[in-house]
Amino acid sequence: MASQDEQDPRISNISSAIRVIPDFPKPGIIFQDITTLLLDTKAFRDTIDLFVERYRGKDISVVAGIEARGFIFGPPIALAIGAKFVPMRKPNKLPGEVLSEEYSLEYGKDTMEMHVDAVKAGERALIIDDLVATGGTLSAAIRLLECVGVHVVECACVIELPELKGRERLGGKPLFVLLSST
Amino acid sequence: MFAAENGLKGDPRLQAISDAIRVVPHFPKPGIMFQDITTLLLDHKAFKDTVDIFVDRYRDMDISVVAGVEARGFMFGPSIALAIGAKFVPLRKPRKLPGEVIAETYDLEYGSDRLEMHVGAVQPGERVIVIDDLVATGGTLSAAIRLLERVGAQVVECACVIGLREVKGQRRLNGKPLYILVEPREIDGCY
Repeated sequence: MASQDEQDPRISNISSAIRVIPDFPKPGIIFQDITTLLLDTKAFRDTIDLFVERYRGKDISVVAGIEARGFIFGPPIALAIGAKFVPMRKPNKLPGEVLSEEYSLEYGKDTMEMHVDAVKAGERALIIDDLVATGGTLSAAIRLLECVGVHVVECACVIELPELKGRERLGGKPLFVLLSST
Repeated sequence: MFAAENGLKGDPRLQAISDAIRVVPHFPKPGIMFQDITTLLLDHKAFKDTVDIFVDRYRDMDISVVAGVEARGFMFGPSIALAIGAKFVPLRKPRKLPGEVIAETYDLEYGSDRLEMHVGAVQPGERVIVIDDLVATGGTLSAAIRLLERVGAQVVECACVIGLREVKGQRRLNGKPLYILVEPREIDGCY
């Protein structure tokens, strides 16, 4: 986890650029809205830089981003570190041959898909999403990539909701976040 | 207007971008030759060149907003926005944006869909480009233009990686310029 005792000075501006919206999508949920971060050109730039600084030069060839907000952060990171960008999508969006992984939601299930020929066994991958809550989505992405022999180096998110213990559901994979929201 | 007719004639990057796009026949239904940009995202140089071509075009045009259409517009827009110092504004399917939104309906082949934008994301008078991976009929982009104009923004141009035949020869969409990098490729022998 990003060190809190030596917090990078860029983190506090990133944190204050994120808008908190109560009772979305339903009563009792406090939604972390990163769209306001994307309106703050310096804070958005700093967010990407913090990830790029961590992952550049680590022989990572795949950045997998989870639909849809992972598509906002993943490609700039991939471009900066010289990696491919692989979208992990909702069902029936990817046109080629896919692998599918089901995962649990609070009520019911969903499915995540990846193109089978997007990655090769032995590649080193990062998984990016805007936020980690229960870890269900990230762990589905980990399973999809590992299924074809990719080594998931780390999961990376802007925000973690630590009370939901997503960190413990990643099959031992490390999680790096910029902000923790309680 | 196609990039090759507008200053990039013979630019080898355009051929490489075109070659990196995979054509998937009969997706999502028979008769459609789907232009799959996910293979472009796997080709680091071609993906970087795609972003660089847009950045070179827009960096000195005083653009303060890049609006990207969900979901494939999200794959290109933020990198362009970061490079030109603009905000990135996602234009989303219904009920995804958590704050107060304005919405614009547009027609599909069967039925209709809705595009939403956060109120307050774009200020009156801001200069905006709209990004998507592909323009077909222009229905989605037209809805995006209407959304942005309703808040008083000036849509400077719509930019897409791929432009289908229906738009070839149309330099404008809703009166707005269109800038397109490549045409779709066909597969020989496939109808």
